[in-house]
Parts: sequence; structure tokens; C-alpha cells
Amino acid sequence: MTFINIFLLGMLIVCALAVSLTRNLLTSLIVYMAYSLIMAIIWMLLESPDLAITEAAVGAGITSVLFFVTLKKIHAIKGDSDHEQTQK
Amino acid sequence: MSKRRSDWQSRPQNRVRQWFHNGFLALDDEIINQVTKETLRMDSDSEMDKHQEMLDSHRHERTLALERLDQYNIQAWANTRGRKALSRIYVTISFVLAFVMIFFLLRTVATMPRFSDPNAPTNNEVMARYIEKGLEETGAVNIVAGMILDYRAFDTLGESTVLFIAASAVLILLRIDRRKDGTPVQELIAAESDDRHYEPRSDRILQGSAKVLVPIIFLFGIYIMLNGHLSPGGGFSGGSIVSAGLILYLDSFGFEKAGKFFTYKTFSWVSFLSLSFYAIAKTYSFYCGANGLPSGIPLGTPGAILSSGLILPLNIAVGLVVACTMYIFYALFRKGGL
Repeated sequence: MTFINIFLLGMLIVCALAVSLTRNLLTSLIVYMAYSLIMAIIWMLLESPDLAITEAAVGAGITSVLFFVTLKKIHAIKGDSDHEQTQK
Repeated sequence: MSKRRSDWQSRPQNRVRQWFHNGFLALDDEIINQVTKETLRMDSDSEMDKHQEMLDSHRHERTLALERLDQYNIQAWANTRGRKALSRIYVTISFVLAFVMIFFLLRTVATMPRFSDPNAPTNNEVMARYIEKGLEETGAVNIVAGMILDYRAFDTLGESTVLFIAASAVLILLRIDRRKDGTPVQELIAAESDDRHYEPRSDRILQGSAKVLVPIIFLFGIYIMLNGHLSPGGGFSGGSIVSAGLILYLDSFGFEKAGKFFTYKTFSWVSFLSLSFYAIAKTYSFYCGANGLPSGIPLGTPGAILSSGLILPLNIAVGLVVACTMYIFYALFRKGGL
């Protein structure tokens, strides 16, 4: 049990550092989603399933989806390579 | 001070600058002298006026050129040394702020009581009361639901209102309206073409998996919403799960199909009715509780689905507000409208 806790907390720190240190915005966003999922598991281990459900739905789901849409709007996600390949 | 000033004036680059400026002025003076000489030779007044105009235009050009030179100098400074100095200031300030924050946070953590310490100040009689009498007073098996929707229902009303206000603010900022006669404005056309470029409508894998997943997500969200007083969950988490299902539906089937059952009217009516129902119901129960009157709301048998008084309808109201708000956030972020 303590091993799992220590592992999850370590992953949390790694994810938090990776979010701020990665250059690619899409990558950092996916790492951010992973951060939220790990946080949900930690809430579960801390015996608060209410928070775990909310964290998984809002933190990993809706916030990330809103971020994805925003990145698309500012053209930070390059979706053109697929288009070009299919056109060729 | 005066020595430094004289030093500065005798420096070669300054001398070059002075020479440059003086050259400018000397040239201009020469032109002016020439023009005045020419005007002296003129006899008629009209010619005089003409030359006066020429003189004025020369002066004007001179001041313009000087202004341009100043602007150029300022820009050059801002692009090289100014930018460097500014970035250095920014970096210093951000480092200082970060370290101050880290220091205060670490100090706070160091003085906090240990986790699950029985003598911690959070373990007081309020908590004991919630645990011992929560089931009896609220009728909710899930103590958390009893706390946030009964003992502390006023907080939850504030949270739902904050969400509604945030959705309204996003609506004001991001919505692209049509013209009064119904024709789309240029920005709407641009947004739609941009959206179509990025969102393939006929993605069969996405549509097939959405057909399977969306009903299950809806069922799970509604289950969490309705069972909030019996099991973990509640209005907020159930509502966000339902809105995730709505977003998946919108993504896979497009705005036209989603617009058939969800419009601005749906959003405003559902949010308004839920929030006002919440406010009226809680006002009634607070009024009764504060005056020691029996509220007349049956608590039911703990564990049954129709129990715990107001918590079940309040959960539904909160869930509806949250689902509508999250969905409209997504639609506005993506296309600026429904």
C-alpha cells in the first residue's frame, strides 16, 4: 500500500514537472490529463470516492477537452499532415 | 557630474551625432538662405507667398526628419538593450515571487498538524455531529451528500450560481450572433469553415463508438445524479459526466443534430428553472429550520431511492445546471455558438 502511494506521488511530481517543461503543447496537455487521472486514483486511496469521480470527469475529461479546442483554435495542433497525405 | 557630462560630450559617437545633426541644420539653413535670397529678388507679392510656402514646407520636412530619427533611435534601443533589461527585470521578479511563495507554503506545511491526528483542530464537535447525527437529521446514507446539500446547501447554491455566471460571461465574450434578418455575419462563416476543416463530420469509427458509448455515459451520469444520497457522487459529478456524453455526441454527429434538442432556449430555461427551484426550496427549508417549524418534508427510510427529503431534487437541479454549463462552454469554445 505504501509502495503504491509513494509510486503515485512520485508520478504526480514527474507529471507536474513534465507539463511545465515539455515544449509541445499537445504533449503537455496529455501529460496534464495523466496528472488528473493519477490524482483521481490518489483520492480513491484516500477514501474519498466523491472527489475521485469529480476529478476524473472534470479534471481529466472536460478541462482537457476545452484545452484541446482552444489549442485547435490558435492552430497549436497541426492537423494538416494527415490532410496532405490523403490528398496525395 | 560636470566632468562626466563633458566626457560624454567629447566621446566620439556623440561627436558623430552632433556632426550629423549640425549637418542637417546647416543644410537646412543653406536652403532657407538661398530661398530668401531668391525671394528678395522677387518683386510681386504672389511670388513672395509662394516662396514663403516653400520655406514652410522645408521647415516642416526638417522637423519630420528629426522626429523620425528620434523614433528610430527609441526603437533601436527598445529592440536591443531595452528588451534585454526588461527581460532581466521580469526574470528577477518571477524568481523572487516563486521563492517567496515556496517559502511561505513550506512554512505552512511545516506547522500543519499530522495527517489523521485526532488532536488536530479540524477534528472538532462539528465533524462529530455530522458523523453521529447526519443520517438521522438528513436521511442521506452518503454523509458527503448530506453535508453539501443539507448542512451546507448555501455553499452549493453559490457554486451553481458561479458556474451559471461563468457560462453567461463566456456566452457574452465568445458568441457570434447572426444579423437581424437572419443572414450570417462574416465571422460566423469563417468559424464554420474553420470548424469543418478540422472536424470531419462523417468519421465512421467515431460515430460507431459514440453510438455505443453515449447511452452508457448518459445512464452512468444519471445514475450518479439520482443516487447521490445513497452512494458516492452527486449532482456535480453526475452533471459533468452527462455533459461529457453530450460533448461526445456533438463531436461525432455535428452541430445540426445536437441543435435539435439543445438550443440557447434550452440552456437558459433549464438553468433558470433549476437555480430558482434550488433557491426557493432551500429558502423554505432554511426559514422553517431557523424558526423551529416543522418543514413537512418527509425524510423517508434511509437507503431507499425516494428518501432524505430535499437532497434528491437538489442533486437533480445541480446536475442539470452543471451539464448545461459544461456543454455550452464546449460549444462556444469550438464555434462561438450552438
